[in-house]
Amino acid sequence: MDATILLILVQDGVVNGAIYALLALSLVLVFAVTRVIFIPQGEFVAYGALTYAALDTGQLPGSVWLLCGLGLAACVCGLWQQRRTLTAGATTRLVLQTVVLPAAITALAAFVAPRKPGVLIEALLALAIVTPMAPYLYRVAFQALAEASVLVLLIAAVGVHLAMVGLGLVFFGPEGSRATGFSDAVLSFGALTVQGQALWIVGLTVVLMGALYGFFEFTLFGKALRATAVNRLGARLVGIATAQSGVIAFTLAGAIGALSGVLIAPLTTVYYDTGFLVGLKGFTAAIIGGLASYPAAALAAILVGIVESFSSFWASAFKEVIVFTVIIPVLLWRSLRSTAVEEDE
Amino acid sequence: MKILEIDAVSVAYGGIPAVTGISLSVEAGSIVTVIGPNGAGKSTLLNAIMGVLPAGGVIRFQGQPIGGTNIEARVQAGMSLVPERRELFATMSVEDNLRLGGFRFRADGHAAAARELERIFSLFPRLKERRRQEAGTLSGGERQMLAMGRALMARPRLLMLDEPSLGLAPLIVRDIFHTITELRGTGVAILLVEQNARAALQVADRGYVLETGRVTLEGDSATLAADHRIVEMYLGQVRG
Ligand SMILES: Nc1ncnc2c1ncn2[C@@H]1O[C@H](COP(=O)(O)OP(=O)(O)OP(=O)(O)O)[C@@H](O)[C@H]1O
Ligand SMILES: [Mg+2]
Repeated sequence: MDATILLILVQDGVVNGAIYALLALSLVLVFAVTRVIFIPQGEFVAYGALTYAALDTGQLPGSVWLLCGLGLAACVCGLWQQRRTLTAGATTRLVLQTVVLPAAITALAAFVAPRKPGVLIEALLALAIVTPMAPYLYRVAFQALAEASVLVLLIAAVGVHLAMVGLGLVFFGPEGSRATGFSDAVLSFGALTVQGQALWIVGLTVVLMGALYGFFEFTLFGKALRATAVNRLGARLVGIATAQSGVIAFTLAGAIGALSGVLIAPLTTVYYDTGFLVGLKGFTAAIIGGLASYPAAALAAILVGIVESFSSFWASAFKEVIVFTVIIPVLLWRSLRSTAVEEDE
Repeated sequence: MKILEIDAVSVAYGGIPAVTGISLSVEAGSIVTVIGPNGAGKSTLLNAIMGVLPAGGVIRFQGQPIGGTNIEARVQAGMSLVPERRELFATMSVEDNLRLGGFRFRADGHAAAARELERIFSLFPRLKERRRQEAGTLSGGERQMLAMGRALMARPRLLMLDEPSLGLAPLIVRDIFHTITELRGTGVAILLVEQNARAALQVADRGYVLETGRVTLEGDSATLAADHRIVEMYLGQVRG
């Protein structure tokens, strides 16, 4: 192996690692706030990629119908759950969020898509279509279980994952898609050539992490989410509704997943079930980071990306095996070090 | 006017009753104390009133029955609880804990929040000195002040305190009870659960004695403090 190949592998690793880092961050966020292990994260990646790819070819993506359907389901669940305490204002808000919003996004997509507005608009539209599905899913599948054990929540998450993979097949079909990149520029730094798309990925990841840091550190809502993660009862006692925190955490996770999908769509062919493996690597990083610390998860994600790119070079048949095996020594080390189980006090 | 009225409230843990048929009321702006030995059901009662635990019976706040509502709705309506375990945000700063205490007024903007913060700091100057410190690293007394400060940031009509003197040195206990009397003038009603019966009866207007989940005695604080049963059981010996 020479230096050029080494550089290329590291670069590949960092680019993939950046995506895994985003996914790991949102997994940690969702787990900390709601205790849900967000297995369907990967489906948001696939949905984001496929929605963006469809818009890129000037078609109306099938996911808009799923968006409308999930919105309706969330509306019905919301009305049912709040049936005793419902006020006119709350009902209006719920209908706006779950019925009017998806209808408006669908109308916009139907109007804009055939006009091929360019990659940035298409990317934003794909985000707008996929992101709201996450809070709808929270209302439908997780909100009523807010006080359930982690295991019950995990089972619900697996159920949602399976359903979303199936729905992905229905609404996007079995074909894979690829999309236009944000930039086809190729820059060279000495021996190293860097694709414009890679710079977009790393750049957006860094910006997004900065934005998340600012949100959690400097806004009252960000602090409320942290407070929910630190002490759920304490948060409720100051009037932070667990359900509201859950909706915000899921929305962020949905947006991050969809954005990751939009970013990788130009690099690799995405199928309706591709997301799971991508999400699982983010999950591996989150586990290595202990599902607790954001910087640890982000660093672990870069590590996972680099291990992946090196193993695909040396032993591509065993690539996934090697990546997921990394988790075993980490888990061993963790279980030897920790004395008490923190969960379910 | 009664701010809080509860009637025949019962709570059970997995079928085992902890509190049975309790009725009590709190006048607006007054201080009412509930005293009783370990395990009498005092914390259970406060948690039931706050909505932390499901309870049978009727709970009225400002005349409205609030039985079916959740904790957040009760905070919104003007109740605050300082629970026995304080439930602070341990890894966040003192100031962040307090700001989150005012979460229900989040729409009021920065200036209003800053004013409230200053009000709490004037009540507990120690917290101002330590505003950047993590809540988890505070001393016991400071944690109690922070817990009270956080509850007061919600500007409650009814403040419920679960054993504010728990585990604190006598000097700090005096400070805390001094603060409770200071609050009397601000219009907030206080429901105070205590094992330190002497101090509690001194600041309260009325008192209830809770034993194994039932009210065994009730009356004016002064009357209770003179009652021979209270004197024997709660005031006779110095608490260790
Ligand atoms: N989560 C629980 N599960 C089962 N039983 C409980 C639970 N919490 C409290 N109890 C029981 O309910 C009874 C009342 O407890 P509670 O904590 O309300 O007493 P208390 O008056 O606050 O006591 P203390 O002064 O020691 O705080 C006790 O017998 C206790 O063992
Ligand atoms: Mg107690």
